[in-house]
Amino acid sequence: MTDTVVQPGSGAAIKAASARIADPEQRVLERIAEIRKRKPSLREDAITMSHGAGGKASHTLVTALFGDILSNPVLDQLGDQAVLAVPGVDNVGIAMTTDSFVVSPLFFPGGDIGELAVNGTINDLAVGGATPLGISAAFILEEGLDVATLRRVVESMRRAADRAGVNVVTGDTKVVPRGKADQLFITTTGVGIVALPQRVAISRIVPGDMVILSGAMGDHGSTVMLARGDVDLEADLLRSDTMALHGLTAALLDDGIDVHFMRDATRGGVATVLNEIAQSAGVAVAIDEASLPVHDEVRGVAEILGIDPLYIANEGKLVAIVAKEHAPRALELMRSRPEGTEAAVIGEVMGEPEGMVFIHTGFGGTRVVDMLIGDPLPRIC
Amino acid sequence: MKFADEFRDADLARALGARIAAEAGDKHWKIMEVCGGHTHTIFKYGIEDLLPSNVELVHGPGCPVCVIPMGRLDDGIAVAHEPGVIFTCFGDLMRVPGSDGSLLDAKAAGADVRMVYSPLDALKIAQQNPDRKVVFYAIGFETTAPSTALTLMRAKAEGIRNLFVFCNHVTIIPPMKAILDSPDLQLDGFLGPGHVSTVVGIRPFEFVTNTYHKPVVVVGFEPLDILQGVHMIIQQIHEGRCEVENQYKRVVHDDGNPKALEVLARVFKLRSHFEWRGLGFISQSALELQDEFADYDAEKVFSVPGVRVADPKACQCGEVLKGVLKPWECKVFGTACTPETPIGTCMVSSEGACAAYYNFGRYSRARERERVLASGDRPDANGNGNGHANGAVAEHELRAIPVQAR
Repeated sequence: MTDTVVQPGSGAAIKAASARIADPEQRVLERIAEIRKRKPSLREDAITMSHGAGGKASHTLVTALFGDILSNPVLDQLGDQAVLAVPGVDNVGIAMTTDSFVVSPLFFPGGDIGELAVNGTINDLAVGGATPLGISAAFILEEGLDVATLRRVVESMRRAADRAGVNVVTGDTKVVPRGKADQLFITTTGVGIVALPQRVAISRIVPGDMVILSGAMGDHGSTVMLARGDVDLEADLLRSDTMALHGLTAALLDDGIDVHFMRDATRGGVATVLNEIAQSAGVAVAIDEASLPVHDEVRGVAEILGIDPLYIANEGKLVAIVAKEHAPRALELMRSRPEGTEAAVIGEVMGEPEGMVFIHTGFGGTRVVDMLIGDPLPRIC
Repeated sequence: MKFADEFRDADLARALGARIAAEAGDKHWKIMEVCGGHTHTIFKYGIEDLLPSNVELVHGPGCPVCVIPMGRLDDGIAVAHEPGVIFTCFGDLMRVPGSDGSLLDAKAAGADVRMVYSPLDALKIAQQNPDRKVVFYAIGFETTAPSTALTLMRAKAEGIRNLFVFCNHVTIIPPMKAILDSPDLQLDGFLGPGHVSTVVGIRPFEFVTNTYHKPVVVVGFEPLDILQGVHMIIQQIHEGRCEVENQYKRVVHDDGNPKALEVLARVFKLRSHFEWRGLGFISQSALELQDEFADYDAEKVFSVPGVRVADPKACQCGEVLKGVLKPWECKVFGTACTPETPIGTCMVSSEGACAAYYNFGRYSRARERERVLASGDRPDANGNGNGHANGAVAEHELRAIPVQAR
């Protein structure tokens, strides 16, 4: 290198760039930012698979249809769990959540639909800082389902419930004719208690907070994708990460760590959670690609299929937004527990550009990370 | 990850970016990447952040989904609605809007539309469903055409009669020629399509150097490949050379893949003309099945509307595909046309310039540059500098770039 090298990003380069692109391009970008802040409207005439993928279409369906018609002060929070006040009690509320499980295949390396149902329900309570008390489970069974299969699923639920110390306390069963469901679907409800005022709330997020991910991303989604057999790939070491996280969340809160917000990164992946955070809290989130924990098997599968691990579903990982000065302790605590051995600080919360998530690529550039759009479709060549 | 991370090294990238900046001087460079895969890489890794502002990358026509005209898609959707048909295609195609909805909408309306990863998956589906007609909607350049050809040869050899191909395979040279003949655009050189070249080799691009006197460098799909390709074009011009160079030697043989070419010739012939989205009809620019495979040709077996549908008036995909307009310069970019409700094809495929810009590039580069400059360096997760002064990479490290230029 010589002294005459013009650095990309130097003052002269910025001046030139500003002169060339800043005005018209910036105007377009600002107009887009304004449009994105509007309440989404549901334009489709029929439900497509995108509405179930957990990304932008799901978000639109939930806010523009369910949220609109069923609107009330509790639902309008659109949290993973609703918090209900108990008349006459000031310091404790009831946390409630519900979830459906339709995974195919029913059994996959590292777990099955029953274990997912129990862990997933517990996690939706735990990330709100609630202590789970009990779970309900409703089963929709397809005519002709093997009893042995059903027994295996329910036994797995029992084991997961025992491990978590949370019982399945009530349930329901319906049978539909062959072809009207795919083997079996499970819908759960979880109930817990939470201290009031809630310590963990999206409104508590402020610029300067650190973003911690509790472990490696994409294990569950890639495992199920391969188990389905649609792609001729094998990865012996790949396992679903399905896991209950209430022990981890309780440990963080009991230690007095100032956790501002938590959410488990399921459908739509870590990217979608970060976008929800940026939009709901009116902040920006900047993440550093080099710091993102991803297992090599997942990187390989994602690379071959042209999918970004940031968008692949997890079933045992949460994103925690923690006050900056508490981040090192939170990280240390997470790593000391089996649920969080691979936890990492992956980024920070910034004031602006509001509603936007961007990533500093390992290559040295910066790009936007949007919500998942459609299903994670592979590129074709 | 071995064989990938080596080509994504940030220190080498910074050094190469600095070298490009030094050699680019004051001239404004316009270099077109022909292939949509390159466009995707450029945005995904933020490569433009590493280039000086006077080196501009212009996004070209090589996105297989983007070039499919609306009428062809309507034909496909009509076939998907035929009774007894299982319609298969690559995932990107499912959200492309036809004149009355997309394949995803057709699926929701009851058509049996399935996403496949390879035409061989369609063959498997045909074997498993002997009483159904399985249609594979084939798209792509010379990269994907051989796999369609092999699938058809296998179907024929195994006597499978319920597989049909709706062929939209196109070839890369005619649109490049159309762009070079267009007076709208003044380019300094081309980053040639790496994967197409694995099949056709690098010689078919010699017309660009011989007739149009523009250098071509065939490059790979990792970010360092692209940076090095840009550097090689600038070097060629500085040295007064005008050649087709192969940066992607680890994959591309100068003569291509003779076996794949043989298979292509056996199964396909050139169409007299084909409509390209935004580019109009281009003669001899696409492939159709040889007469020997007529029984497998969905266009012959099914009655398709075959109506030419004009693009929506507001859509400027054509100008974007030709590189005349930047994505954000399109009138409907990001407002009426977004990845979730696309009007044009360029906003659908992850290789489309508009989708890449909207998904990855939509932030203020100028502001980001100021921020980087103000902080001196990018902080890591713990708030510390990452220890690399911008551009301060030794000459020996540059030489260690693991790609062989020549």
